[in-house]
Amino acid sequence: MKCNKLVDTGRRQFLRGGVLGAAGVAAGAVLPASQAKAQARAMVDYPSNRLANLADLTLNEPMDITYPDAESPGVLLKLGTRVEGGAGPDGDVVAFSVLCPHKGYNMSYHAADKTLNCPGHFSRFDCEAGGQQVWGHATQNLPQFSLRIDDAGDIFAEGADELIYGRLSNVLES
Amino acid sequence: MAYKRQIDRLPIIPADARVQNVTCHYCIVGCGYKAYTWPLKQQGTTDSNWAGVDLSQQQYAETDAWYAPSMYNVVKQGGKDVHLVIKPDVDCEVNLGLGSVRGARMAENRRSDITGTQQQRLTDPLVWRYGTWQPASWDDALDLVARVTARVVDKEDENDLYVSMFDHGGSAGGYENTWGTGKLYFGSMKIKNCRIHNRPAYNSEVHSTRDMGVDELNYAYEDYQLADTIFLVGTNPVECQTNLYLNHMVKGMQNGAKVIVVDPRRTVTVDNSEQVAGAENVLHLAIESGSDLALFNTLFTYIADQGWVDAEFIAASTFQGDVAVAEDAAHPAALGSFEAARDACRLSLADGAAITGLTEAQIVQAAEWIAMPKEDGSRRKTVTGYEKGIIWGNDNYRVIGALVNIGLATGNVGREGGGVCRLGGHQEGYFRPSDAHVGRPAPYIDQLIIGGGGKVHHIWANDHYKTTLNAAEFKRVYNKRSNMVKEAMDARAGATREELVDAIVGAIEAGGIFSVCVDIIHSQIGQAAHVILPAVESGEMNLTSMNGERRLRLVEKYMDGPGSAQPDCIIAARLANHMERVLREEGREEYADQFQGYDWETEEDAFMDGYHTANPEVTYARLKDMGNNGVQEPVTGFADGKLVGTKRLYTDGVFTRHGREDGKALFCMGAWRGLQAPGKAQQKASFRFLINAGRANLNWQNWFLDQKNEFVMDRFPVPFIQIHPEDMAELGLNPGDMVEIYNDVGATQGLVYPEPTARRNETFMIFGAPNGTQGNVINAGTNELILPNYKQTWANIRKISDATPAAARVSYKSWEVEL
Repeated sequence: MKCNKLVDTGRRQFLRGGVLGAAGVAAGAVLPASQAKAQARAMVDYPSNRLANLADLTLNEPMDITYPDAESPGVLLKLGTRVEGGAGPDGDVVAFSVLCPHKGYNMSYHAADKTLNCPGHFSRFDCEAGGQQVWGHATQNLPQFSLRIDDAGDIFAEGADELIYGRLSNVLES
Repeated sequence: MAYKRQIDRLPIIPADARVQNVTCHYCIVGCGYKAYTWPLKQQGTTDSNWAGVDLSQQQYAETDAWYAPSMYNVVKQGGKDVHLVIKPDVDCEVNLGLGSVRGARMAENRRSDITGTQQQRLTDPLVWRYGTWQPASWDDALDLVARVTARVVDKEDENDLYVSMFDHGGSAGGYENTWGTGKLYFGSMKIKNCRIHNRPAYNSEVHSTRDMGVDELNYAYEDYQLADTIFLVGTNPVECQTNLYLNHMVKGMQNGAKVIVVDPRRTVTVDNSEQVAGAENVLHLAIESGSDLALFNTLFTYIADQGWVDAEFIAASTFQGDVAVAEDAAHPAALGSFEAARDACRLSLADGAAITGLTEAQIVQAAEWIAMPKEDGSRRKTVTGYEKGIIWGNDNYRVIGALVNIGLATGNVGREGGGVCRLGGHQEGYFRPSDAHVGRPAPYIDQLIIGGGGKVHHIWANDHYKTTLNAAEFKRVYNKRSNMVKEAMDARAGATREELVDAIVGAIEAGGIFSVCVDIIHSQIGQAAHVILPAVESGEMNLTSMNGERRLRLVEKYMDGPGSAQPDCIIAARLANHMERVLREEGREEYADQFQGYDWETEEDAFMDGYHTANPEVTYARLKDMGNNGVQEPVTGFADGKLVGTKRLYTDGVFTRHGREDGKALFCMGAWRGLQAPGKAQQKASFRFLINAGRANLNWQNWFLDQKNEFVMDRFPVPFIQIHPEDMAELGLNPGDMVEIYNDVGATQGLVYPEPTARRNETFMIFGAPNGTQGNVINAGTNELILPNYKQTWANIRKISDATPAAARVSYKSWEVEL
């Protein structure tokens, strides 16, 4: 429940536009390491941002993060079971956007079945199946952040595999 | 890993993009969308765009300034490639900017040669030649169809031409296309042996409510926001009419409405309603499958006995006397007065509870929520929605009549916060000459075909292989009969047209069937066809339909159809032209004359020739001006530059649907009589599992577009069958295993999905799926008036194999939200 409250706090502040405040509420949330900028190249250039260290993660407790910038809330998880696309020595570390791709509500984590659930219209996504929509109204599965973990155990996010709600470029461009 | 599009960025809609009105072409709710198109080499910027907002900033929940990758594509418009975005319309009263998991994929489900989507769409006519289908010109294909058809029909006898034709709106239906096919088959011809897209006969799904005087779409969606109680029967609106639920029913609950859901299974609608209204305000009546009639008759009896009826309304607006219409072959129950129906339907709480499996207290609570006057003595406003659970369930005529009885007795028809309405599948869009010659009961076409009936079969967007009962047998026979014609055609390769027609007719006379399939894709029954004609869909043509509250709108053509595909109405017109020409060549002048009147060049011509003649105020230009809010039918005038409509029917208490001059509604005198359709009770006794079936949120109807949509097929590679975990354990099943569902009439397959809320020995699978057709295990027995009973089916289940790699990847978690 603690985690749900954290995410919920983040949601309320996020909807008010207080995104930096929202990010600051959560332990372990970090500001982007480098400012993203527009690129006149075919692909979006994602920043490589340190999210946390493996030692910071508690089994099946969500850690609030933001990626690729402070306005895009997400969650970092150590699931405890090896999953396709999972990072780390146990292949069980994953990170997702927590903005529901349906209408942009901030979702909460349900630890009992490792899903993210939307309070807006009740969609839910499976964190153990690449963010697959278990049931709901979104027309895409949940954006998952690709992770790299270095020798020191620092976890870096380096990309996303679906368009994040509320932005027509995953890396905001001016 | 779940399917991901790997799209990091989308083109921005420029400020000067073309904007057109779109009503979603999937379900009956008809959500408003806007289609934005603009030249391929142009784009908006973060500071200059259609939304007029700074797109370098994150947009927040419910924003209008974002679209998902599924709402984007590149399509042809006027022969040129253009960007296309189809996004929900925030100003449409129906959905207020909400998009469903189906409608918000409209753009992605358009055919694109650039992005490669929907390459399954047909582009040119195909004719069976040289042992397979070969591309052909329209004139060539239609000439063959007309010549073969002309050999089996005559002015005095058209009974060897069988026709399967959609009657719906939206999609590729609508007033234009039902008129095109209707004028051909019910005007120029009088085809008796015909059926509709989802059932094996040409009939109403709701005969009884019409016979009682009550049209099945009589309210406005806002009634869900005004009601004290929302009474949902055999319907699962959050999955099947999503934004009616989210934008209207949810608001009703937030306004304090209580919710009653009658369904053997705990649907997502029950769970979501508990989330919104609180579990104490949601009553789920999980009845024994097929016992709805007993429940309604018990409720009707109890409500009447308590005096919770609208006596004034009954006296003023309903038939006084005894029996108005006697029970006969066309009327599976007598119709009459309130008191006559009370006598005929009487069922005690004890009997009702025993039949339905509910407790007496549950039935009493439902009655109180439906009809008990409020504390201040005022009448309780109850809106009733029903759909396939009873339409395609046990004893169709009586069960719908019994439900309408409750609405009439409590004065909940034609009033704010009331209405007794079907929730619907597709939109509606029916305008045709009279079908009276078809008769009632209508011919049971699919069984007649199995029995050797029909020589030529014209199929307009029907796929019997997926949407009929006794489907396994139907497919076996239809493949055999159509193959006889294919073999005859193959044997005369190189022959002249005359020789080929002779060969085809020879095969027909020997028991074959010549099959012509008009569709947007190469359907499953299309595999048996000899001629295939490509049609366009809504948006590839201008198309008018009405939604579940009779809201009429024009979808503007925003893109070209694939290849040379045509609107169905134009295909029908060209076929009529060819029939006329061939008949004149044959010297059958008088018959040829019947095929005049099809000089249409556009769908608007067909609209003006049909719908407009009965609704002279309605034109394309006026509908376009009315935008996505349209006008609710019937249209009564045109004033101040706007079409004037009708918000809800029967506000004057005069009931007309039955055509009675007295304007009085009738009650249905249908007593409970067990499982009505032949063979059902025996099947129930012989097989372990109830194989309930219906729709799921993700999959539209028979998956005709979704079967080529990666997002959809990734989630459910084959149709799921939900089974209780303890039943799974007994059968040695794991999630994702492939099972065979088999009984006395056939077999089909499904992917095991554990469902802890299911009752033991009761399963649920998706209806109409292409790769696991539930119709294979439904027996041929129908309700009276040839209404299929798809729901009450029983079978056994055995494991075929472990989960396939595709099935092993997907999530098998609960659909119930955890907040």
